[in-house]
Amino acid sequence: MNRVVIQVQDFDVAGELAALEALGGGGVASFTGVVRGGDGLLALELEHYPAMTQAQVARIAEDAMARWPLLGVSVIHRVGRLEPGARIVFVGTASRHRTAALESCAFLIDWLKSHAPFWKKEHFEGGATEWVEARAEDEAKAKEWGG
Amino acid sequence: MATLTIVYFAWVREAIGRDEEQVERAQAGATVADLVAMLAARGGGYAQALGDPARLRAAIDQRFAPLETPIGDAREIALFPPVTGG
Repeated sequence: MNRVVIQVQDFDVAGELAALEALGGGGVASFTGVVRGGDGLLALELEHYPAMTQAQVARIAEDAMARWPLLGVSVIHRVGRLEPGARIVFVGTASRHRTAALESCAFLIDWLKSHAPFWKKEHFEGGATEWVEARAEDEAKAKEWGG
Repeated sequence: MATLTIVYFAWVREAIGRDEEQVERAQAGATVADLVAMLAARGGGYAQALGDPARLRAAIDQRFAPLETPIGDAREIALFPPVTGG
């Protein structure tokens, strides 16, 4: 199973986990990213490169499948306007081995941050907006996985 | 093809004021960096968006590529800031 979904609407974490559990590996790891509030943030706006996103995220999922003995990978990334508390990204992996499930899950979220064509814009109370700057530590984290 | 499609994202798109345009292939230069320099020389929002290539990233036909990559027979060049997904 190699499921990659880019969508505006929310997703059902329990349903995604159940699908991974049903693969029978015995081990499922997941990460859910949620929009963090504070500092007057009203919403995040997620822009992406529609012609590229699906294929690029699928390549990242295939990389994970090639590097770890996985039975399944699910990646869901939302786009559009997302308010604090909204789910933004889900990564789930299934394996017969917990180390493979946990490590590949961490790899996937690190690579999504620095190797997939998404850009976040913050909208604040009062009308101010700001594009989120890429963080050097995210790039460094991705590099730690090599390749 | 005589023209190359250029697409822009995030603050590059906003500064330039458009998300896509066509450029004559003959004027694009040999590499993505040459194309960026040619566009930045238009001034205004182009200079603001593309004047500092160190802040830019690129994709050639929907694959990430360093700015020094030759354009070759590519159809679509994307210019954008470093990505911030996840």
